[in-house]
Amino acid sequence: MAENVNDWLNEHGDYLYRFALARLRDSHQAEDAVQETMLAAIKNNSFEGRSSARTWLTGILKHKIIDMQRKQIREQPVSDLVDLEADDTTMDDFFNERGHWLERPKEWDKPDSALEQKQFLSSLSACLDKLPAKLKVLFMMRDVHEIENEKTCKDLEITPTNAWVMLYRARMRLRKCLELNWATR
Amino acid sequence: MLTCRQTSQLISESLDRPLTFSDRIKIKFHLFLCAACNRFNIQIRQLCVVVKMLTRDTEDDDSIVLSEDAKVRISKEVASASTSKHH
Repeated sequence: MAENVNDWLNEHGDYLYRFALARLRDSHQAEDAVQETMLAAIKNNSFEGRSSARTWLTGILKHKIIDMQRKQIREQPVSDLVDLEADDTTMDDFFNERGHWLERPKEWDKPDSALEQKQFLSSLSACLDKLPAKLKVLFMMRDVHEIENEKTCKDLEITPTNAWVMLYRARMRLRKCLELNWATR
Repeated sequence: MLTCRQTSQLISESLDRPLTFSDRIKIKFHLFLCAACNRFNIQIRQLCVVVKMLTRDTEDDDSIVLSEDAKVRISKEVASASTSKHH
């Protein structure tokens, strides 16, 4: 069985790492996720060549990624309220006292070429990494995995309202950052 | 009448939960009058799409690989786990 796993590591390790990195956005975490996946693969004898090894391993990896994201959201909050306050996003950064935009969203020009597309994604990547940790993890869980809100909330031990506020903050910050970076490139 | 601030929050929430009929009408009315919030509405939806593109882009980038150190470390962990399994 160990021989299989080493073959799998050689053949699929890089792909699994990229898959994890795309979602966790941290190389150490991504490495851990791959390791956990390989360890789980040894324990679990259910792979009989039914589907491709890569599909099977990726399935395990997805669960490991969600576990890690879940841990990050649940760890240490004294209360949701303390957490929300620790994140310094405030809507006063975006709107005036009358509720109007301080800076109105602009028209974005679409990336024209492959190079522009790369630049756009690179701006997006930088903006994602600027988000406060919990907002980033929740955003990735929700908008990439598309886990349903109610299920996510119970699991993460946050109220739906808090989830909506956090996602709203994440989206507002991302949009603004992206507009800033993209429009002034 | 909704403010832009209220509208932006409801638009974000509409991605996560069904809105009441009343809220949906209010948003529609605000969007009828406010070009800025229309752009916001479009862009917030584009965010979902482009983040998925970014994910796909990372997955497909062959130049991103596990470091040799990581490979060695993982092999070792796997080997010792296999051994202990058989004891």
